[in-house]
Amino acid sequence: MTTGEARHGSNVSLARRAWAIRRNALRMGEVQGQGYIGQALGVADVLAVSYFHALSYRADDPEWEGRDRFLLSIGHYAIALYSAMIEAGILPEDELETYGMDDSRMPMSGMAAYTPGMEITGGSLGHGLGIAVGMALGLKRKKNPAFVYNMLSDGELGEGSTWEAVMSAVQWKLDNLIAIVDFNNQQADGPTTQALAQVPEAAKWQAFGWYAQEVDGNDLDAVVAAFDAARNHGAAQPRVIICNTTMCKGIPFLESREITHFVRVEPEEWARALEILDGEKPQ
Amino acid sequence: MKPQELSRRQSKYTARKVASGERVATSAMIASLDAEGRETIAAPFGHALVDLAKTREDIVGLTADLSKYTDLHVFAKAYPDRFYQMGMAEAVMISAAAGLAREGFTPFATTYAVFASRRVYDFIIMAIAEENLPVKIVCALPGLTTGYGPSHQATEDLAIMRGMPNLTIIDPCDAVEIDQATRAIADTPGPVYMRLLRGQVPNVLGEYGYRFKLGRAQIIRDGRDVLFVSSGLMTMRTLDAAKALQKDGVDCAVLHVPTIKPLDAETIIAEASKGGRLVVTAENHSVIGGLGEAVAATLMRAGVHVPFRQIGLPDAFLDAGALPTLHDQYGISVSAVTAAVKSWL
Repeated sequence: MTTGEARHGSNVSLARRAWAIRRNALRMGEVQGQGYIGQALGVADVLAVSYFHALSYRADDPEWEGRDRFLLSIGHYAIALYSAMIEAGILPEDELETYGMDDSRMPMSGMAAYTPGMEITGGSLGHGLGIAVGMALGLKRKKNPAFVYNMLSDGELGEGSTWEAVMSAVQWKLDNLIAIVDFNNQQADGPTTQALAQVPEAAKWQAFGWYAQEVDGNDLDAVVAAFDAARNHGAAQPRVIICNTTMCKGIPFLESREITHFVRVEPEEWARALEILDGEKPQ
Repeated sequence: MKPQELSRRQSKYTARKVASGERVATSAMIASLDAEGRETIAAPFGHALVDLAKTREDIVGLTADLSKYTDLHVFAKAYPDRFYQMGMAEAVMISAAAGLAREGFTPFATTYAVFASRRVYDFIIMAIAEENLPVKIVCALPGLTTGYGPSHQATEDLAIMRGMPNLTIIDPCDAVEIDQATRAIADTPGPVYMRLLRGQVPNVLGEYGYRFKLGRAQIIRDGRDVLFVSSGLMTMRTLDAAKALQKDGVDCAVLHVPTIKPLDAETIIAEASKGGRLVVTAENHSVIGGLGEAVAATLMRAGVHVPFRQIGLPDAFLDAGALPTLHDQYGISVSAVTAAVKSWL
């Protein structure tokens, strides 16, 4: 089995990978003058652990049958996933400047037909976990030991179809399914916890029969431990990692801004953000 | 502020007692269409799928708590390991079917037409059609085939589904065609929505030596005066109406159009262009957005101007009751079709 980390061979730290993902995302935002940069900066650590610690894949063969499937149901997070896939060598870095442009392989909302390594067309929230259930069932039919990861958002938990999939995954004992919830407490109209996420999240999943963990999604060591525990968990049940993340993580002047779903960044601020990030480059 | 009073639909019926001897009961879900003494074949879809599965290991079946009512229970019994009971949860059934298709399987997912078309449209269009995945959605109770009222009567499913790019839509007529169409859609690469008649399904096309061809409309009988263009169970009706009208000296052709999308425009235009015939579309569906309007638009675009009439269900929420009564009431029984054509000649 080839892991992303092994393929990339080096002893580059996860902190450095997360930094590079943030940098790619900021550069894409700068090119396009917009983008879901708040989410991308927030989830960069989780993606670094996914692509450089947990997932098996072959950068030069994104459809390799043995790969772990990573399903992004939150299509607007595409900027974050492109950033990770560029760092992983699945997408070429020089395409970064095409983000959101006509004829680009990197549209604003992630779609399977456009981008190598993009497993599904996301964007209509509440679809990803159900598709993940079907893929996990399919892998079991084929006796393929790969995992299916589905990255979903806290806001997406408001969709009833997500809970159909939550129940179904337990019904079918999908121990090859790992859900990753990016809980940044921000949906389009305001805080998620003021909409439909009043009850502690992990307890809900646990009550449905999942092996649930809740971690600080910006603490790399904690995220690594959670992914390891999810993969190595012995019981025949699906697994979820609730990752509490901070929108705009790593760029203090954006973090302190009144956070919205679509963070406004002025044209001159992109360069300033990159400058701050470059000053914090980890080893 | 006083809330506005809603104008509720008032029952148009007064309480009544059933007269002795008069008892036409509401058709239950398990009832088949009135076969009027015809031969019937049991569960043609279920048996065709079982037969296919013998050589096609990629075929799997899913249902949302309706295997018995979509004939998928026949497959479930034969291949329990390839059957997924997804519970009363259509969204995850459709999404999981997409996931299984992604992993190389050919899923047949069944439910009622109302649920597939109304409840999970976004899931079908985004998880399946947008990615052109080979999921076959097979749905019982199309149009007016139950007396349970609007909750179960999919009178507008074709109008809804026709708007979906990549989707092939099949409206088969009888048991013979369901058997052949099931095999054909398993072999076609993209997504399919197929309307299903289940239970004891009449054998109508057997006597005409008909073979289903995906995407093709076919003349089942020829005639000089009227050209019926029909699909689904309405081809049973138009064939019977043609026989009845023959006795009155009216010579009717029946062009059967089981593939609603992509529509066989070439054959429809060629037949309608023969001239001298009244073109009558007939469908077990609302007059809005189904076969009739598709044919009308096809002829208009091609510059074919012919006398044109449409038989279909009204743009309304239909009554509950017994199917034979409802088919008469809404103009899709043989006698209603016959009378309508006579009135137009």
